[in-house]
Order: sequence, then structure tokens, then C-alpha cells
Amino acid sequence: MLMSSESSAPSPLELERHRPYLLRFALLQLRERSAAEDAVQDTLLAAIQGAARFAGQSSVRTWLVGILKHKIIDGIRKISREQPLDARAEGDGAEDLEAFFAGDGHFAESPEQWGSPERSLEERRFFEALERCLQALPKNTARAFTLREVMGLQTEEICKELGVSTSNCWVMLYRARMSLRACLERTWFLSGAARVE
Amino acid sequence: MGLRISCKEASRLISQGMDRRLSLAEGIALRLHVRICNACTRFTSQVKFLRRALKAYPGPDDPEER
Repeated sequence: MLMSSESSAPSPLELERHRPYLLRFALLQLRERSAAEDAVQDTLLAAIQGAARFAGQSSVRTWLVGILKHKIIDGIRKISREQPLDARAEGDGAEDLEAFFAGDGHFAESPEQWGSPERSLEERRFFEALERCLQALPKNTARAFTLREVMGLQTEEICKELGVSTSNCWVMLYRARMSLRACLERTWFLSGAARVE
Repeated sequence: MGLRISCKEASRLISQGMDRRLSLAEGIALRLHVRICNACTRFTSQVKFLRRALKAYPGPDDPEER
């Protein structure tokens, strides 16, 4: 494929090629198709209008993802305003987390050794496994976790954006970490997919 | 909070410690627990790795998609 090595501004057609990828990225975090489509549309429009500002220091895709992140935060805000609270309060009970522990409070399944996990960060397939694990999270838990770890928002801001209590927020983030950790262990680190040595 | 906590309480504190400053008592109870618990030591480094992974997300570009 053509690299815009001459640091020329990317054409609308070139930007459009990234749409499926951006949609997948947005959908994972917004968890609603129409909201994800809106975010991607806004991103591509902003990119076409601002194509001259593309510095050429990163790939076009990285540049687009940077714009998309802002649009995703806007989208999450909008969903939170429009949805009733009970559809969003996934953190109220932590009963589902009981399954991770035995009656005496020990881990039901103790976390295993992951070898050298940093290597995984260089592998495309690792991020695909991560995406599948994110997909399995409840919607608002995924949104809270995205705001915290992908966008780097503080917990107070996240609670405000999602319109839920602080303790609710903490439970969602805890649930996300417990689930993702267990999921990655099962589907990546112990599945033989990860290169360990 | 007592000083002796279970893995269940410890893992909750490890997670919350990534989102807020723990109280002195929480911090002490957690350190005492993690020091003698392999499972929670691993859990700590794994959720920290998760944070690095999400920072790196979406990860390396596909060469043909650049």
C-alpha cells in the first residue's frame, strides 16, 4: 500500500480506508452501533477538514485514533445522558465477583505465572485477544474501564460522565480488571498463543 | 478494617489503589497480605500490566493498513 512518505496530507479516500478499523475500535468502547458509527463519522469529517494538519510523524491510523478517542468520550457522555440510570448501574452489586473466590476468601483459581508479558505488547494477535476479552464485559463496565485506562480519566470524572456513584465506579473497574485478567490468562497467556520462553 | 485480610479483600484494594489513594490502614493491611501471598503478588503485577496494555491499545499497526 501507498505510504504518504512525501508528508502530503492524506486524501479523503485514504482516510476512508480506515473506517472499518475505527468502527471496531469505537464499538468496543461505546458498545452501541449507532453511537460508534456517529463517532467514526465525526472523526473522518474532522480528519478531512484537518488533513493539512497531519504531521506525518505517526501513521495515519494512529492520528485518526487520537481524534476518535475524543469523539468516543463525547459519545459515552451522550449515552449516559440518554439512558436511564438502572440501565447503567452495573456496579451496584458485586455478587458476580464472588465466583472468583472460594468461601474462605482465597482465589478460587490462583493467578498463574505469565512469563514475560511485555513481549505480548508487540504482537497484533495479543490485542485481538484483548479485544475479545473486552467484548465480554458488561456494557457500562466496558465504558468505565475504557474511560479509565484508554482515555486516562480520573475516577471522579468517570463517575460524573457515567452518572453513577463513586463506589459503583470502583466496583465496575474492579470487575473489569478481574474479568480481563482471568480472560487473558485463559485465552492468551496459558493458551499457548503467547510466546513465553 | 482489620490487619488480616483475605485475597478477596486484597484484590479489591489492589484495584482501588489504582484509582484512588488508599487509607493508611488499608495500605498497611494490603502490604502485609501481599508480602505473604503469591497469588496477590501476581495479581498486582498483572493488573499493572493490564494498564500498560490498555495504554498501548490498539497496539501495533497492521503493516498493510498504515
